[in-house]
Amino acid sequence: MKYVDEFRDTRAARRLVDDIRRTATRRWVLMEVCGGQTHSLLRHGIEEELRETVELIHGPGCPVCVTPAEDIDFAQQLALREDVLLTSFGDMLRVPGTRESLLDVRAAGGQVRIVYSPLDAVALAQKHPDRQVVFFAVGFETTAPATALAVRQAEQLGLENFSLLVSHVRVQPAMESILRSPGNRVEGFLAAGHVCTITGFDSYVDFVREFRVPVVVTGFEPVDLLEGIRECVRQLESGRAEVTNCYARSVRREGNRHALVAVEQVYRIADVPWRGLGVIPSGGLRLRPEYARFDARRRFEDTGCEEELPVITTPDCPAAEVLAGRMRPSDCPQFGSRCTPDSPLGAPMVSSEGACAAYFRYRTPAVDASQPAGASQPEATR
Amino acid sequence: MCLGVPGQVVEWLDRDPVFGRASVEFAGVRRVCHMACVPDAEVGEYVIVHAGIAISRIDAEQAERLLDELRTLDMDDELPPPTAAASDDATAGERSP
Amino acid sequence: MTETSWQPGCPVPIDGVEPRITLAHGEGARLTRQLIDAEIRSRFRSAPLAPLPDAAHVEETGGRIAVTSDSYVVSPLFFPGGDIGSLAVHGTVNDLAVSGAVPRWITLSLILEEGLPLPVLQRVLDSVARAASDCAVDVIAGDTKVVPRGAADGMYLNTTGIGTVIGSPPPGPQAIRPDDAIIVSGPIGRHGMAVLCAREELAFDPPPQSDSAPLTDVVKTLHRVADGNVRTIRDATRGGVSAVLHEWADASELSFRLDEATLPVSPDVRGASELLGIDPLYAACEGTLVAAVAPDVADQVVQALRRRPESAEAAVIGSAVDRTICPVTIRRTLGREQPVDEPTGAMLPRIC
Repeated sequence: MKYVDEFRDTRAARRLVDDIRRTATRRWVLMEVCGGQTHSLLRHGIEEELRETVELIHGPGCPVCVTPAEDIDFAQQLALREDVLLTSFGDMLRVPGTRESLLDVRAAGGQVRIVYSPLDAVALAQKHPDRQVVFFAVGFETTAPATALAVRQAEQLGLENFSLLVSHVRVQPAMESILRSPGNRVEGFLAAGHVCTITGFDSYVDFVREFRVPVVVTGFEPVDLLEGIRECVRQLESGRAEVTNCYARSVRREGNRHALVAVEQVYRIADVPWRGLGVIPSGGLRLRPEYARFDARRRFEDTGCEEELPVITTPDCPAAEVLAGRMRPSDCPQFGSRCTPDSPLGAPMVSSEGACAAYFRYRTPAVDASQPAGASQPEATR
Repeated sequence: MCLGVPGQVVEWLDRDPVFGRASVEFAGVRRVCHMACVPDAEVGEYVIVHAGIAISRIDAEQAERLLDELRTLDMDDELPPPTAAASDDATAGERSP
Repeated sequence: MTETSWQPGCPVPIDGVEPRITLAHGEGARLTRQLIDAEIRSRFRSAPLAPLPDAAHVEETGGRIAVTSDSYVVSPLFFPGGDIGSLAVHGTVNDLAVSGAVPRWITLSLILEEGLPLPVLQRVLDSVARAASDCAVDVIAGDTKVVPRGAADGMYLNTTGIGTVIGSPPPGPQAIRPDDAIIVSGPIGRHGMAVLCAREELAFDPPPQSDSAPLTDVVKTLHRVADGNVRTIRDATRGGVSAVLHEWADASELSFRLDEATLPVSPDVRGASELLGIDPLYAACEGTLVAAVAPDVADQVVQALRRRPESAEAAVIGSAVDRTICPVTIRRTLGREQPVDEPTGAMLPRIC
């Protein structure tokens, strides 16, 4: 597969690993804030391979983990309404809200459909004018253009039966929050390559000046990740703190203008709660007043209960410490005992991209590894 | 976050700024993708697709630069010492001031 | 029954005025008899079935028999490469074949949802009849029940398969030894991806095709060439190749090491699985087997399988090793042994 296979090349990856080892004179602490990068790092064993050279912290980069439980609960309430068809990315289905997951609700008769794209949800709304189609709009800046486009299409089509439950989050404010908290150990960042594909990386110029940590825009394939790590280590070794683009085949400094315009038009920046971290100022997106009619929270005001800016932390779960890299998952007293992927206490154990879930998989014999949170019976293939 | 997969633009189906769509090929399958964010993508070009929309046009030259650098790395018998890393041009990237 | 149980990919046009299955069809009285006459007897004419006895009698002299039981609840009922009917026959036949038996007879029990359009039932039964004929098995007994609207997702099928055991069947996974080769007979994950893409209407073109097919000839070839050096064979159904290897790891108390570069994956599964973020190792197969054989016969087995069209992409994908902390691992880009988890339930597309 072009532009994929070349960046999974074994020889190139091995030489990059060697180069990183040769370059580092001490162990550096890097953070990536992207579930997709976490997934790839784990899948290819990059974190394990570089263990002595780099400590790779998996930050709060997985929208699945950071979507507030209350939002998931609200989505479940909507799904149980007769008139609603709730549509969602597959990632969200297993994640438990306060009590159960969307998959559990679907098994109980709730109308939940997986879609690959929010634009498919618009098509569903056209196809089923008798149903209220709600799309659960989670994700970082990478995904916001797609949901914004969905709203624009619904608007032009004059659809009265399409709305969004918006739970988009923005990654840079979370990075700032992590760097500002006492006890922060992060020395360099791998910036999420597809977020930057949309936003560009100009906004990191002031960031590196203020915080004096390198920010390296990094892709997702093993070679891309190793390139990003190598560049970060090189900067740290030479005392530099710059923004560098190591994913230039996809990322331009100015980002994607068309995408940014679409997002600007539909969304405004807002203070929103992140599961496990509390409210992050400017940490998310909400629909602009002009598009309020597409807001499922408004349209279905009578459903569930709403509180403005709830602080969402689970007692006993030190999620903030783990996601910021101040505490290793294995150091948490609940890890592996009261808190497992089957019965997660908080955000980082919730999805397989979460830092704690990832640790759990590697630290226990695979025969004992439990199913991820909210797993249901295998869906029928026969 | 951000599973984005490169695919080749096979055929434009609609050039509308909001509803623009094209058939994009990924290994052995094609899917209709929304192209509002890459209205200038040409047939034969590669785009990165996330959640059904193309979010960037792949810069083939940049990709080739990186691959060249990797091949060079591959052929080197002796890699440059770490202290030369700050000034060497082998890093695929632009630096901001 | 949601529309998605039978409407996507349904090859018969449904316009809302065709006859439908009602609860009365399952009562055992006149309507049941009419249904059986019209739909079952017309298609299945084996001697044991003809008199519609309470139990079918078959002749068997000496030897051992093999018996398998399976239920089929797939949704949607129709998918590229097959339907619940052909799937039921192939799946049953394959369970017998990999256990060292010649498939001979099948029973077919139908659980139909009230409101199922009759043409859908007819189409599925046509498919059962065709598959049974292709596999040289007779449908000799069955049952029909109708359940209220909302249950059975259109239709559920249950089968019992009976076969006669020939020669010595493979001993089983406990016989696997370190260095034994793991072979697959074709590209992996096709059925699982086909059903997922059909059910969720993911709109790929061409839509990924199921590999649902009988494995009897592939198994014959395997045995002929390996001649006593086959430890065990499984058709890799739910949970895919990963599920089979985890089971074998449990039974043999060994570990299995795979090499990603050797895994056969068809281009449509490759494209779809990359786009959806799904690993084909966890996706079901329905016409692809996994075998553990002695290392010195592995190459000849693969060569022989490749000469048959249905196993043209057979490959050695790994080997057994002494037990380590991970039952199943795979070598990817960095050449490290990465854990392959046990499959954990529904395969869900991801964007993250």
